[in-house]
Amino acid sequence: MLYGTALSSRLLLGTAQYPSPAILAEAISAAGAEVITVSLRREGPGGGAFRELIRASGCRILPNTAGCHSVKESVTTAHMARELFGTNWIKLEVIGHADTLQPDVFGLVEAARILAADGFAVFPYTTEDLIAGERLLAAGCEVLMPWGAPIGSGQGLRNREGLRAMRAAFPGVPLVIDAGLGAPSQAAEAMEMGYDAVLLNTAVAKAADPVAMARAFALAVEAGRAAHLAGLMPPRDMARPSTPVFGMAELA
Amino acid sequence: MMFSVLGAGVAGLCAATMLAERGARVEVIDPAPDPQGASWYAGGMLAPFCEGESAPLCVVENGRRAVDWWAARVPGVVRRGTLVVAPPRDRAELARFARATRGHAPADPGSLEPDLAGRFAEGLHYADEAHMDPRAALAALRARLAAMGVALRLGTDAEPRGQVIDCRGLAARDALPELRAVRGEMLLVEAPEVTLTRTVRLLHPRFPCYVVPRAGGRFLIGATMVESDDPGPISARATMELLSAAYALHPAFAEARVIEIGAGLRPAYPDNIPRIVERNGRIHLNGLYRHGFLLAPALAGELAATLYQETRHAS
Repeated sequence: MLYGTALSSRLLLGTAQYPSPAILAEAISAAGAEVITVSLRREGPGGGAFRELIRASGCRILPNTAGCHSVKESVTTAHMARELFGTNWIKLEVIGHADTLQPDVFGLVEAARILAADGFAVFPYTTEDLIAGERLLAAGCEVLMPWGAPIGSGQGLRNREGLRAMRAAFPGVPLVIDAGLGAPSQAAEAMEMGYDAVLLNTAVAKAADPVAMARAFALAVEAGRAAHLAGLMPPRDMARPSTPVFGMAELA
Repeated sequence: MMFSVLGAGVAGLCAATMLAERGARVEVIDPAPDPQGASWYAGGMLAPFCEGESAPLCVVENGRRAVDWWAARVPGVVRRGTLVVAPPRDRAELARFARATRGHAPADPGSLEPDLAGRFAEGLHYADEAHMDPRAALAALRARLAAMGVALRLGTDAEPRGQVIDCRGLAARDALPELRAVRGEMLLVEAPEVTLTRTVRLLHPRFPCYVVPRAGGRFLIGATMVESDDPGPISARATMELLSAAYALHPAFAEARVIEIGAGLRPAYPDNIPRIVERNGRIHLNGLYRHGFLLAPALAGELAATLYQETRHAS
């Protein structure tokens, strides 16, 4: 449940860098995604043809402010997104560092406050910092999207303990791992940890076969979620045989 | 039968060439006296294998015929292959690119291009690829058409006199609403301190670029891919990204003189694959995306083969 909208798919997909819009459409369908995120900072109003193709997927569109480095830029881009897509949903990115694309959580909280007060449903791309998370909720966000690793890096969950602590700290809040996933196993791990969904782009778009990779991620997300609900056994230091060893026949 | 080719970009000129070579009567019509559509801003790479990184097999296979096609018809096709390199920290990109493509062999960048010695430890050489100056190639193709008796009616809104072959690129969106624009931005620089004899592609997870040598110490640095139909001038961001990528390739590019900056709009179908479409009596050859010089010959060949057959049956 994200901002009052019930979704059955827990895989959110980015729409950049695909070989073609046609392959993107196939990948969306193979992923079973219901929410896709679209950038427009660089494309601007001239990207109408691509946006029409995106709309044709029938998915709910989550426009993003990728490429914005300041509060002002991201707020302006969010307003443009609301006009172009007719949605109040916005994936808020305020980039703090050009090399790592790490979120600027200070700018993020400020932009989130402005946008939430203006009626936006803000999906903030943040770090696993707990205080930043609290501030974002206080600013009016109803979902948090911590990074797994830097955008497009494919490093997976770089700070497992931090992400685990975040899940524990915000029990009722929808949490989405956004960015950094490179392999389906990493998506499954996030879901096993109790995250509500994952959002990814490069790992699918840049795969040799994006459609097959989209399917692989969908299966992993489903498996990870099922495992979380089933209750995972904790890791142990010692072996514990499934069959008792005492009382076994001594044949030698 | 007379054919009226609309558009004197690479698609139109290749179509006219293939039809004229079959002995057909052909005219080429373009409202611009010196057409400067997407073809004008092309890189001029004939790189079917490298394009295979993100393009489907049909692009690679059809593109492989382009080098011989151009070399047989225009001067200046340089068959020295493509060199692909990556900065040390992006070595994984090189491995990924190698896995995604065929037609390459590991190469020492410094022994292929001495100016890159010591800058890149490893590279990939696509020996069967080539490059040319697309503007010179189009001029040569026009001269060749004129010599073959093809009427080049440029700079006029002339009425077509024969069966229309529509090669107008994005201008044909009125008839082909599924066409979209993919914006590309490029720079032409003069860098006398740099010597490169073949196309060099620099892989980078965010700012990939290619550098194509041109005559007179000039280099084309390209190109962005933006889902936009904005025909306006190059953005500062694209300029910075392309120039810093060129600088990463060779620091002497910092001293280069910027001769020209440009932005063009590539016509593309939703699958980014060009095709021949017949609609309302017109035959459209369009959607060449970023593969104009690579795929126009094959597409024009397909067109001529089809029409020639039909014409022969009709007579």
